[in-house]
Amino acid sequence: MTAVKNFIAARVAKELHDGDIVNLGIGLPTLITDHLDPSIHITFQSENGFVGLMPVEPGKEDPHIVNAGGIPAGIADDGAFFDSVTSFSIIRGGHVDATVLGSLQVDEKGNIANWIIPGKMVPGMGGAMDLVVGAKKVIVAMEHTNNGKAKILKECTLPLTAKGQVDMIITEMGVMEVTPEGIVLKEYNPKYTVEQIQEATEATLIIADDLQPMI
Amino acid sequence: MAKVEQITAAQAAALVKDGMTVMVGGFMANGTPECIIDALVESGVKDLTIICNDAGWGRKKNKQTGEYEGKARGVGKLIQNGQVKKVIASHVGLNPEFGDLYTEGAIELELVPQGTLAERIHCGGAGLGGFYTPTGVGTVVADGKETKVIDGVEYILERPLHADVALIGGNVVDESGNTRYAGSERNFNVVMATAADTVIVRARQIVESGAIGADYVETPGIFVDYIVGGEA
Repeated sequence: MTAVKNFIAARVAKELHDGDIVNLGIGLPTLITDHLDPSIHITFQSENGFVGLMPVEPGKEDPHIVNAGGIPAGIADDGAFFDSVTSFSIIRGGHVDATVLGSLQVDEKGNIANWIIPGKMVPGMGGAMDLVVGAKKVIVAMEHTNNGKAKILKECTLPLTAKGQVDMIITEMGVMEVTPEGIVLKEYNPKYTVEQIQEATEATLIIADDLQPMI
Repeated sequence: MAKVEQITAAQAAALVKDGMTVMVGGFMANGTPECIIDALVESGVKDLTIICNDAGWGRKKNKQTGEYEGKARGVGKLIQNGQVKKVIASHVGLNPEFGDLYTEGAIELELVPQGTLAERIHCGGAGLGGFYTPTGVGTVVADGKETKVIDGVEYILERPLHADVALIGGNVVDESGNTRYAGSERNFNVVMATAADTVIVRARQIVESGAIGADYVETPGIFVDYIVGGEA
């Protein structure tokens, strides 16, 4: 499981570019920092109120600095703190180059549903609805299916987080782009055939003319 | 500049009456003035509507023993103590006891996207009647709200939030109420300090007026009605 998640995270890392401002969702997306090219500089935004988010060494925690999960965090030398209004001006205002988040469902219109699990207490959307609407590029990083059940659908069935905002989907099976025509499979994991990837996907995949192997 | 009255946490808690709407600064209790929260627990004031980013940290029920375990932090203490009627927040997932109370119907919840929550409070403090946001378009958040297309983009109308009292977690505060925050504790504190009838700021350190330096003030003292000295 961890190997699959790291495989996905390593491929997502290639989508981040030198100088980008990036907000990572909880879970799988946080693994991306382990796979970044050390020669590029990425500034991570923490929606509770700073840029320059970084891990903190155990024993060196500052009680006044936490990440968006409320866990002690560090801030880079070039970082800056701000209040929540400024934080969401950054997010909604298009100042975040990319956000990477997991999802329960995505569909061919770029709709995303990732905040309500049926039958469970609704934890709340936090900053996710603002992030997917405001970030210049929305990358969904997730396992391709939920124990074999398709997550990439013709139409989401769960309550939406946002309408038509997803740009890219990266799973252990492939790399897909959401276009006005539908979901285009751009790269495939050679461990699977294109037929197997389609079988695990409810939406009809458009196969790119220049389909490439992943990584 | 006029001096702002310094009061104890217990005096601050006495300003909060049954049924009031209270904004509490902080994000997962980071930046929440715990000493004032503790005094509110002590005072027993009830039926509060709490506007906060989240429901704080809460206890979790041990399924074997049926007993609650762990320790509440931030507004989670008021929720645990049954003093809260309604929570307006963006996220409540890190307070399992809140989830249980909500499932039992013992507490109300209004979930608001985090950026929308901040901006609604901003409107409440800034004399604005609301704002149009693209956040939530096409989701349940838009249900029952006016929508408008501006330059080809769809927005929903969100309304302002205002409170009777705001509890603010300042760090260094001068005698005139000019406030600086520490680390990531600014979060909702800065905007909440503008949006309540009575604004109470916790100060870890109280310094002479002017000692902060006008260039470095984050919340101008004109917003502040009372200062409570306290570490937590």
